[in-house]
Amino acid sequence: MKRRDLLKSMTALTAAAAVPAPAIWSSAKAQTRQETLLIVSESGPNNLDIHGVGTNVPGYEVSWNCYDRLITHEMKTLPNGTPYYDKTKFKPELAEDMNVGDLSATFKLRKDAAFQDGTPVTAKDVKWSFDRAVTVGGFPTFQMSAGSLTKPEQFVVVDDHTFRVDFLKKDRLTIPDLAVIVPCVINSELVKKNATPQDPWGLEYTKLNTVGSGAYRVTNWTAGSQVVLERNDKWKGGPLPKIKRVIWRIVPDAGNRRALLERGDADVSYDLPNKDFSELKNDGKLTIVSTPYSNGIQYIGMNVQHPPFNDVKVRYAVAYALPYQKIMDVVLYGLGKPMFGAAADTPTEVAWPQPHKFKTDLDKAKKLLAESGASNINVPISFDLGFAGVNQPICELVQESLAQIGITTTINKVPGANWRTELTKKNMPLFTNVFSGWLDYPEYFFYWCYHSGKSIFNTMDYQSLQMDTFIDGARAAAATGNWDSYDKDVKGFVDLAYTDMPRIPLYQPYVNVAMQKDISGYQYWFHRRLDYRTFVKA
Amino acid sequence: MLMMIAKRLGMAIPSLIGVVIVTFLLTRALPGDPAAYFAGPAATPQAIQEIRVKLGLDKPLIEQFGRYVVDLTHGNLGTSLTTGQPVATELRNRLPASAELTLLGLLVSIVIAVPLGILAATKPNSILDHTCRIISTLGVSLPVFFTGLVLVYVFYFLLGWAPPPLGRLDVFYTEPPHVSGFYLIDSLIAGDVPTFIASLKQLVLPALTLGIFSLAPIARMTRASMLAVLSSDFIRTARASGLSSYTVIVTYAFRNAMLPVITTLGMVFSFLLGANVLVEKVFAWPGIGSYAVEALLASDFAPVQGFVLTMAVLYVILNLLIDVLYGLIDPRVRLEA
Repeated sequence: MKRRDLLKSMTALTAAAAVPAPAIWSSAKAQTRQETLLIVSESGPNNLDIHGVGTNVPGYEVSWNCYDRLITHEMKTLPNGTPYYDKTKFKPELAEDMNVGDLSATFKLRKDAAFQDGTPVTAKDVKWSFDRAVTVGGFPTFQMSAGSLTKPEQFVVVDDHTFRVDFLKKDRLTIPDLAVIVPCVINSELVKKNATPQDPWGLEYTKLNTVGSGAYRVTNWTAGSQVVLERNDKWKGGPLPKIKRVIWRIVPDAGNRRALLERGDADVSYDLPNKDFSELKNDGKLTIVSTPYSNGIQYIGMNVQHPPFNDVKVRYAVAYALPYQKIMDVVLYGLGKPMFGAAADTPTEVAWPQPHKFKTDLDKAKKLLAESGASNINVPISFDLGFAGVNQPICELVQESLAQIGITTTINKVPGANWRTELTKKNMPLFTNVFSGWLDYPEYFFYWCYHSGKSIFNTMDYQSLQMDTFIDGARAAAATGNWDSYDKDVKGFVDLAYTDMPRIPLYQPYVNVAMQKDISGYQYWFHRRLDYRTFVKA
Repeated sequence: MLMMIAKRLGMAIPSLIGVVIVTFLLTRALPGDPAAYFAGPAATPQAIQEIRVKLGLDKPLIEQFGRYVVDLTHGNLGTSLTTGQPVATELRNRLPASAELTLLGLLVSIVIAVPLGILAATKPNSILDHTCRIISTLGVSLPVFFTGLVLVYVFYFLLGWAPPPLGRLDVFYTEPPHVSGFYLIDSLIAGDVPTFIASLKQLVLPALTLGIFSLAPIARMTRASMLAVLSSDFIRTARASGLSSYTVIVTYAFRNAMLPVITTLGMVFSFLLGANVLVEKVFAWPGIGSYAVEALLASDFAPVQGFVLTMAVLYVILNLLIDVLYGLIDPRVRLEA
C-alpha cells in the first residue's frame, strides 16, 4: 500500500496531470466509442487512390472501403467459421445485373446509386474510371491487363445505366479481374473539375480525397499517423454498415500494439509478430482469426541458370536438407499451413497451393550432394529486410541446416527499397520470399512464378519450354472451358515444378487478425486487408 | 548585436549550399531504385520504367539537381512518395510535434540534472555525488527505446496511469486550432483545458524517456563546471566575506558556471531533435525523426533532403541563439564579439 502511494506521488511530481485511471472512454463518449472502430497497425496509406503512383498496400484498404466496384464476391464459410470470399461466385455491387456473353459482358447499373456529393452514378463514370485504370500506367494498368483489359475501346457506354465490356480475347480472368480493387468507380465530373493539364486524370486530387460512392469516406488523413473514415449513410452497394466511424492509428511498435489490444483500448490489429499471435491465442482474452493466404506461398528459391543450383541434384539435396518442421515451430509458432512432406503416394491435385513430397532427411541430402559432384559450395542466402521478422529466422535455420550437408552460406540482408531491384536482376543464387496472387487460380500463380517470360517473380530464372506449354495450355483451356485438358495441364505444371524444383515451397502463410471479444464480422478477402463494412461491435 | 547576428547568418550560407549539394548526391548514391519500389509488388520492367519517367528519374543527374534547386528557391521541397504529401507541409506539421516533445524532455532533464549537478559539486565524493553519478550513468546507458518500452509497460500496461501510447492526442480529442503547432500552447490559446490536459498526459512518458536519456551530459557538465568555479578565488573571497552559502552557490558560482552548461544544452537539444526517432517509434509520435527514417528505408529522396536541410537550418539558428545567450549571461563574451 505504502509503495503504491509512493509511486503515485512520484508520478504526480513528474507529471502534474497524471491521474489514477485512464479515463479515455468517459461515459459521455461511450456512445461514440460504441460506434467507432479503433484499428492499430504498423503502417498507413501513402495515397487514398489505388490508381495513384506507387500507392502502397494500406492504401488499397482505403480504396476498397471508400469505392464501389461493379461486382464483388459472395461469401462462403471456412471450416473454422471464418467468412471467406467465394472466388467463383459474384454478386452485384454498383451493377444490379450482369450478363456475360461470348465476347462481352453487359452491366445494368443501379439507378439509385449516387456519389457522396449527390451526383448519380452513371455508365460514363464507369467508363472514365476504367479508361483511367488502363491508361495511367504502373500497378493499376498492370492489374487490369491480368484480365485482358488493356484498351479504353473495350469499355462502352450503352446508355446512362448500361455499360458494356468488350473482350479482346476469351479469358477466364476477365470477370474476376472486375471484382478486384482496381476497377473502382470514381466520380468523374468532380475529378475532371480538379484535374490540371499536367495531371489530366486528377491523380493529385484523388490522392487526398475519396470521391466514390462507397460505404465510407476519409474525413481526416495525417500520413504516417492516422486515417479517420466516416460512414456514408446513403450507401446503396449493400446493407448499411454498423460501424459509423473508423479510426485507424499507426502504431509502429509491435509491443505497443499488443499492449493496446490487451488493455482493451484498440479494437482490431492484424500485423503482430507470430509469437504474439500465438500467445494471444492461448490467452483467450481476444478473438484471433488465422486464415491461410489465398494463392500464397513462402518459398526458398534457387537460381537455376548458374552453378551450383543449375544441377537438379543439388536442388534436391537442398530440398531434403531444409528444416521444415523447425521453421513451422520456431518461426511461425504453428501459424502457417505446411507445404512439404506429402505422403509418397499422394496424387497430384488440380489445385494450388499443394504440398510437395520432400521432407527433412539429411542423409539423403548428403548422398545427393555427393552424387552431384559439387563441392565447396559457398553462396549468399538473401532476404527482404522489410519482412525480417519471418525471413531472418528462416534464413538462419536454413543456414544451420545447409552447413550440416556441407553447403556454406552467408546471410545477405537486402533493405526493402532494394529488394525489388535485386529480384529484377534475377541473380541471387539462394533466397527466401513470399508470393501471393489476388486472383486465386493455379495458372495465374504459375504464369507469374514459373513462366519463362519476363515476370519478375520467376526469380529463379527458370526456363522450360515444357512448363510454358503447360501454363499456356491451361490458360487457353480455362478460357474455352475445356476442363479435361485444363486438369491435365495443371497437374502437368505442378508435377513439373516439383520435379525440377527450382523453388522449394515452405508453407502457406496465415493472415492473423486479433480483435476484442465484442467485435465480430471479420471477413477474409483476397487482398487480405480489412473490410470495415461488415464489422459489428456488440 | 544585430551586426553579429547578420554576420553569423551570412557565414551560414556557404554551409547550407554545401548541405544541399551533399544531401542531393548522397541520396542519389543510395542503393535501391525508388521506381522499382513504388511500382508495386507485381510490376513488369515496363511498369517500372513508366514510374521512373513519371518521377523524372530517367533524366541526367545534373538536370535533376537543377530542377531540385529551382524548386527549392520557390520553397518547394518536393513530394514524399511514402506519405504522398509535399515535404514542406509535412515538415511544418511534424516539426512542432518533435520540438514540443524535445523541449519538454529537455525541461524535465534540466529540472532534474542541474540541481543534481550543483548538489554533487558542492559535496564532491559524498553519497549525493555518487548518486548523481549512478543516475546519470544509468540514464545514458539505457537505450531510449528500452526506457520508453519499460515506461509504457509499467505505467500504461500494468498500472494503467498513463494514456495509451497513441501519439500526440487521444483518439477522441480533436486537435486544437493551429497557431504554433504546439498542442500545449494552442489548446491554451483556444481555452480548451481538457485538450491541454489530454495532450500533456500523452507527453509525460515520452518526455520522461527523453529526459532520462539526456540527464547525463547536463548533470556531468554542471558538476564539472561548478567544481571549477567553486574552487576559484572569488568564491573563496565571497565565502570569507560571510555571504550565505545559497548566495555564494546560486548567485555567484552558478551564474559563472552556466556558460558550458548552456553550450551542452544546445548540443543536447539539437541532438535530441534528430535522435528521438526511437522514442517517436515507441510512442507513435508523428515527429520528423521517424518521418526521415521511414523515407530513408524506402529510398524516398525528397523527405530525406528536406529533413537534412531543416536540421542544418535549425543548427544554424540554435548556434546563433546560444551565442546571443552567452552575451546576455556573460558581458565579456559580448565585448569580444
